[in-house]
Amino acid sequence: MSRQLHGRVVSRLALFTVAMFGFGFALVPLYDVICDVTGLNGRTADEPADQETYVIDESRAVTVEFVALENGYADWEFRPAVTRMTVVPGKAYHTTFFARNRKTEAKVAQAVPSVAPGRAARHFNKTECFCFTRQEFQPGEGRDMPLVFVLDPRLPSDVSTVTLSYTFFELQDTPVAVNNGVQKSGGEGV
Amino acid sequence: MSTDAIAHDDHHDEPAKGLMRWVTTTNHKDIGTLYLLFSLLMFFVGGAMALVIRAELFQPGLQLVDPHFFNQMTTMHALVMIFGAVMPAFVGLANWLIPMMIGAPDMALPRLNNWSFWIMPFAFTLLLATLFMDGGAPASGWTIYPPLSLQTGDAFPFLIFAIHFMGISSVMGSINIIATILNMRAPGMSLMKMPLFVWTWLITAYLLIAVMPVLAGAVTMLLTDKFFATSFFNAAGGGDPVMFQHIFWFFGHPEVYILILPAFGIISQIIPTFSRKPLFGYASMVYATASIAFLSFIVWAHHMFTVGMPLAGELFFMYATSLIAVPTGVKVFNWVATMWKGAITFETPMLFALAFVVLFTIGGFSGLMLAMAPADFQYHDTYFVVAHFHYVLVPGAIFAIMAAVYYWLPKWTGHMIDESLGRKHFWLSVIGVNILFFPQHFLGLAGMPRRIPDYALQFAEFNALSSIGAFIFGLSQLMFLWIVIKTIRGGQQASDQVWEGAKGLEWTLPSPPPYHTFETAPEIK
Repeated sequence: MSRQLHGRVVSRLALFTVAMFGFGFALVPLYDVICDVTGLNGRTADEPADQETYVIDESRAVTVEFVALENGYADWEFRPAVTRMTVVPGKAYHTTFFARNRKTEAKVAQAVPSVAPGRAARHFNKTECFCFTRQEFQPGEGRDMPLVFVLDPRLPSDVSTVTLSYTFFELQDTPVAVNNGVQKSGGEGV
Repeated sequence: MSTDAIAHDDHHDEPAKGLMRWVTTTNHKDIGTLYLLFSLLMFFVGGAMALVIRAELFQPGLQLVDPHFFNQMTTMHALVMIFGAVMPAFVGLANWLIPMMIGAPDMALPRLNNWSFWIMPFAFTLLLATLFMDGGAPASGWTIYPPLSLQTGDAFPFLIFAIHFMGISSVMGSINIIATILNMRAPGMSLMKMPLFVWTWLITAYLLIAVMPVLAGAVTMLLTDKFFATSFFNAAGGGDPVMFQHIFWFFGHPEVYILILPAFGIISQIIPTFSRKPLFGYASMVYATASIAFLSFIVWAHHMFTVGMPLAGELFFMYATSLIAVPTGVKVFNWVATMWKGAITFETPMLFALAFVVLFTIGGFSGLMLAMAPADFQYHDTYFVVAHFHYVLVPGAIFAIMAAVYYWLPKWTGHMIDESLGRKHFWLSVIGVNILFFPQHFLGLAGMPRRIPDYALQFAEFNALSSIGAFIFGLSQLMFLWIVIKTIRGGQQASDQVWEGAKGLEWTLPSPPPYHTFETAPEIK
């Protein structure tokens, strides 16, 4: 009798354990969804924004700052063409970032964007960005990479400065599934 | 009737002889003893690491160890103390006490019980072996945040598998405890008649089952990120290292209550005994424990106020965290109210229990300070945090475990402890622990970061003081070891009752109890 009782409790608890193990993994897509919706964590889109036309509000000026970082000790040259510009929400602007491969072999790199403050992230629309694709560099090659962006006029009115920061990651030469699909959510790797 | 049956059982229920008894045992008392001895061993291993840390921090500058080894010590100290000392000690107490407290003959699943214990030595062999590997032991802190933790050398997979093993052991132990409590209570023992230690363990076991698998998932993701090119936490591949912090602390905050709820149970057994009054507010204690367990799931991000959360998030986690002070306050109030107008005596277990109430509450208050998001930006990752969690874990959890050992050791061994040695151990410990951790509050408020082997000169005096306290506290634990050994080997014969005011089924058994107890369920009045 007690064997049956134990069996029921144990099987329920074992099921619960497995479910919680799964829940840990379910947090991964859940986290992505929450970040995409709220712009939490400075996440910005890694694909081109829709070409929306906005009502341009000429009276409002927002400072956009550009930051370029290398991951670890990658030893690349990586910097924005201009470090700051004053923009009007609703208008499209063009700027470039310069990167140079200092190594003697060909390398592939990927820039990952982040916007601060976090609540500005989903109003920072990039219509063209070098961060959407992997960038291949020959040994010693350097080039300017384009960025076209529009600030959505719905940007909260108390935000007067937005910082766009890129971190440049040197990728392994092996064609890891970094570029397609997995890019958006780590969860798809499993 | 039950005592007759036990006296009769005594002679044909001898445990097997020799070493194999301990390897093959399925007896809850044997397994409880194994857990407690394992925990004691790990307490000294983790303690030795702490003394390396404090010896290095005695003076500014680098004297004894290089910074990388220092980081290995902080990481391993935490892992060993949390998973090797505190958790197994509570499981050991649960094994010994829960069947005797609810009138059950053994745990529900004795073979699983044996397995839960014997996984632990393997887990810790894996973990401690990393100290001798290329690149050394894990050195990224026990929170193993990526990307830093992904730079761990050969030790990395060993660390992950050790955590998996610990998790499996905890989950199996918890399933066993829940099945025992739900199915094997003596007739007449309703849930609301259970001793509070049993209640707190029931809730703790549910917490363990809920969060250990989440930790297992998180470390598995780290493993695949490092070796199988996934990008859960790798920003270059579209992952997010901050996500690890969310998943980790979703486990981590319930985990800190796993480390304290059984201690609440122990204190709720000991204070009524030596106050010679029933526990004040039994039902509110049960509900408070359950509320704390529930709240533990919705406060995790207070460990990471500085990662750049939206204001609404900061506020939510701040208020939810502050709310925990309410059920905790109920508990402290009930302990004090239990003592109110009681006929109190101050035997060693009671001294430790009283120190627990005072010093744990200090740790609770500093926790409340850290819960205030705007203030936390100042305290985050400073020695103030170190002081806070050591106050709740050392004079909190560890003092409660020591109180439990002093309280139940006469029952387990049949010998009274050496009371005068016990009191000396208490006073050395309580003075040592305060010299050790109190100055760390000041260091933190003055801005000394945690996890550093060297520091600015203005922190020198408080660090020296703290290190002196560490050696007083650490060395006085050798006295604890000596008292335990002495009590096991002999001493004044303990009566069945042991303590005048003790209530509960375990005190109706002989001291020491026979190998098998309550084969016929006792009657509950």
